[in-house]
Amino acid sequence: MLNELYREIILDHYRHPRGRGHLDPPKIVQEGMNPLCGDEITLELRVDGGIVEDIKFSGQGCSISQASASMLVEAVRGKRIEEVESLIQQVLAMLRGETEPNESQIGEIAYLAGVRQFPVRVKCATLAWHTLEEALQQHDLKKSPHRTDNLG
Amino acid sequence: MAATQPSLDAKEIRTQFPFFQKHPEMRSLIYLDNAATTQKPYSVIEVVSHFWAHHNANVHRGSYGVGSKASELYEGARARVARFLNAREMSEIIFTRGTTESINLVANAWGRSHLKPGDEIILTEMEHHANLIPWLCVAKETGAQIVVWPITAEGRLELETLHSLLTERTRLVTVTHISNVLGTINPVADICRIAHEAGALCLVDGAQSVAHTPIDVQAIGCDFFAFSGHKAYGPTGIGVLYGRREVLETMPPFMTGGGMIRSVSWSHVNWAEIPMRFEAGTPPIGEAVGLHAALDFIDSLGRARIEAYEHELTHYALQRLSEVPGLKLYGPQPDRAGIFAFTLEDIHPHDIATILDTRDIAIRSGMHCAHPLGERLGQKATARASLAVYNDTDHIDQLIDGLHYVRKVFGYA
Repeated sequence: MLNELYREIILDHYRHPRGRGHLDPPKIVQEGMNPLCGDEITLELRVDGGIVEDIKFSGQGCSISQASASMLVEAVRGKRIEEVESLIQQVLAMLRGETEPNESQIGEIAYLAGVRQFPVRVKCATLAWHTLEEALQQHDLKKSPHRTDNLG
Repeated sequence: MAATQPSLDAKEIRTQFPFFQKHPEMRSLIYLDNAATTQKPYSVIEVVSHFWAHHNANVHRGSYGVGSKASELYEGARARVARFLNAREMSEIIFTRGTTESINLVANAWGRSHLKPGDEIILTEMEHHANLIPWLCVAKETGAQIVVWPITAEGRLELETLHSLLTERTRLVTVTHISNVLGTINPVADICRIAHEAGALCLVDGAQSVAHTPIDVQAIGCDFFAFSGHKAYGPTGIGVLYGRREVLETMPPFMTGGGMIRSVSWSHVNWAEIPMRFEAGTPPIGEAVGLHAALDFIDSLGRARIEAYEHELTHYALQRLSEVPGLKLYGPQPDRAGIFAFTLEDIHPHDIATILDTRDIAIRSGMHCAHPLGERLGQKATARASLAVYNDTDHIDQLIDGLHYVRKVFGYA
């Protein structure tokens, strides 16, 4: 159980985060936090022509929250907004246990599924994804107006 | 430990707690989150259950037998608390929901009626939000100023610093007895004396001390002392505010409603005497009865013995924690309470807590409701293990083994 949570790939993202840092303006900045535990993620995006041209993250928190943000940044850079939206929903559904992890669809992000064995830690994994979702909503970038459930 | 006093047997004490009997197939849970809440002995659970089954009625109202019995038990609990704290009289004991409500009561009832623009409130850098946010809010409303008493690098308060912060405008010094993060035991009697010499009042937050060290509010000399039942082996939903009569009498009510007036008409309300003035509505009666039993439990072990036992266990824990590579412990040493906030290598406290949880060891991780202190320490989140009288050296050993395992999971040799 523990081995599934702390996969080598997750610890690697925690220790060597991809895309940690800041973008030069102009950019969209979105902060997310779990006030109870103090995990913080700030996403900075540059979106042009419906494509996430660049994205960086900063913040602090546990290995799961930071690895998840690092994976997010790698996964969405260069993607179209519709693809990003779809990915967010896939990842959140997986983290909530509604769908099974599918590596062929979402790549190494599937390894975050180990968190499902640890209910109190699900919110660590979802933080970055909810923050990105919030960024799209706040800046009217969202294409499809589906409701999302803020569980975890 | 005093040679005349036999030590406590934690294993025997655990048999008095159903919580530690409930995991027959597993290794029993090693509960090290006592600064958050303590477990409850059978005696507390049974007396509360018995109250609801046999004595439930509202207090101070019913002119029938059960009602007078409920009132007798409720007021009996008040008398018990007064004796436990060595208050001069039981009317100085106000029942609240907990430490947070007790301090909010003082901030609102005393603060709003006594503080004027430019008045100063001294509070320390190690305060829990419960003794911080009520003062920030009341200061904003009244125009009073918050003056922060900084901690030393080691995590202590220096009395010389207090002298330098006190002015003729200081109205209150408010301080935690024991820090819920650093484990620092503050010299509250000295602090109260110095505050009084400067003409200020003194509030002591006893949330972390009341179950661990003998408390005598007259010896401390405080004007207010606040604590929660649930951190002292009692129920949640019950807490205490001790207030010195002379000060309580100058305070208007905090909440209003039934039970706290002497007479009322459309044009005039005459407040009840203390302590009823501060207990609007139906109070937590069953919980007060449970608190009575919890204080009996503590005294059955002996507070001096509890203090000596936990002191010894704390020293053992300090020694063992110092053996873990990459562990950084916060707070003063060696004299401190059994509350240990720490970090381990680059491993986030949540990860530490999760991994220990897989070994049935319960600790806390996070910011411990003390954000300004976290900023000061430069370490927002920490892991925290905290002791109670039912813990023993075996629990410390298992914690240490667990921490070695945490290091292993994160790839440290």
